[in-house]
Amino acid sequence: MELIWEGIKQSLGLLLTGDPEVLGITALSLQVSGVATGLSLLVGIPLGTLMALARFPGRALVVSLVNTGMGLPPVVVGLFVSILLWRSGPLGVLELLYTPTAMVIAQFVIAAPIVTGLTLAAVQQIPSQFRLQMLALGASRVQLLRVLLREARLPMLAAVMAGFGGVISEVGASMMVGGNIRGQTRVLTTATVLETGKGNFDLAIALSLLLLAITFLVNWALTWIQQRRR
Amino acid sequence: MRGLRLGLLLSLLAAAPAAAERSAVILATTTSTQDSGLLDVLVPLFEKKGGYTVKTIAVGTGQSLALGDRGEADVVLVHAPTLEREYLAKGTLVNRRLVMHNDFVLVGPPDDPAGIKGGKAAGAFGKIAERGSRFVSRGDNSGTHSKERALWKAAGIAPKGGWYVESGQGMGATLTIASEKGAYTLTDRATYLAFKKRIRLAILLEGDTPLLNIYHVMEVNPARHPKVNAAAGKAFADFMVSPEAQAVIRTFGVEKYGEPLFFPDAGKPEPGSEG
Repeated sequence: MELIWEGIKQSLGLLLTGDPEVLGITALSLQVSGVATGLSLLVGIPLGTLMALARFPGRALVVSLVNTGMGLPPVVVGLFVSILLWRSGPLGVLELLYTPTAMVIAQFVIAAPIVTGLTLAAVQQIPSQFRLQMLALGASRVQLLRVLLREARLPMLAAVMAGFGGVISEVGASMMVGGNIRGQTRVLTTATVLETGKGNFDLAIALSLLLLAITFLVNWALTWIQQRRR
Repeated sequence: MRGLRLGLLLSLLAAAPAAAERSAVILATTTSTQDSGLLDVLVPLFEKKGGYTVKTIAVGTGQSLALGDRGEADVVLVHAPTLEREYLAKGTLVNRRLVMHNDFVLVGPPDDPAGIKGGKAAGAFGKIAERGSRFVSRGDNSGTHSKERALWKAAGIAPKGGWYVESGQGMGATLTIASEKGAYTLTDRATYLAFKKRIRLAILLEGDTPLLNIYHVMEVNPARHPKVNAAAGKAFADFMVSPEAQAVIRTFGVEKYGEPLFFPDAGKPEPGSEG
């Protein structure tokens, strides 16, 4: 227990003194996971909406695949993205391995199915009579889509939170494709693993608390947006 | 509002650091050199010389050698002489040079139930197996694991059974597990010193020649892997055996632990016994 208390004190100290290394690590965590979540929204929301509204053969299979993708193990994603980005791999010429860009790619692969799946569920829960009514009232396709997305915006914010929460907290993929390089690809989760390995448990606890605080703040802001328009 | 959000996203995207510079050297190494903090001192020193930035991938000796073997790293710093020689023979890694050593110690419960204290390594491993005292192995093909296997072999034992536990984790985690289970384990001295305060394990055997822990640097053979940054790999290897780096190694850790964690060996003959 004393150790946890030490960690709390140390994390406050790190924040208050503005330790440049810890601030850099925190900023990179936010940047990588923020960009990955942003990209997964750009892809996941249209894709999820399309899958919710369209009827095509094999749809059940595709939906199952997306739902499975929502639980993709980060280490598995890390391993495959690593192999793709290896010098000897198909994307080796890009020289992206062990860069923040590689981490964004891996986290995008983790977050995109989460956003897609939850968007799909959010749009699908709108009763189909509602759609028919809109069309009967003479709404164009674009108008219909806008209304549907507005109706689904609350559960879709949950999709944003789940996607961001999934990637900011994952360690397996970031460790593998980023390499946990000091000053380059070290993020809060990989730094926590490193400090635990070094036996610096108090610093590891401090980093964990920082991660929890950030996740809380982001979710709190999103929840505020979500609930304010009720 | 929408424009602002888009702008924010774009600025985040633009800020994501671009692809690796050509001058980056990928160093695959064992966790002990990173966990001890040695590389945090040596790498900035090397980078300051200009020319290269270092991407340190600390993954354990087995994986480091495998990455080098595939040409996914430019230079490796590892501590498993037997394994190293396999890759030398294969020709994927070249120019193996002695950098430094420290030693492994056999640690266990302070009351030493198997009675190994003060003996020789081979005898100690024999006693642990005979008595079936619990032993935690890294089990991860790391340099330490490679050394441990060599020591069992030297004792003429194939460890198996309920008493032999494989953690599959790093040295720090393995020490913690051994402490919680009241078990014996083989560890490098540096990691033990870092964890000493938090675990109930005492050094029961040290100083025997087979317990030497020897670090070599090896370059990845550009003839096998044309994409390798050979010049950078060689520059880093040269740096590790340079008088400057060797001087840093000599005094590293003295301030924190009252004793050095590594002993510089560049240019010296290969130490007698190896794992």
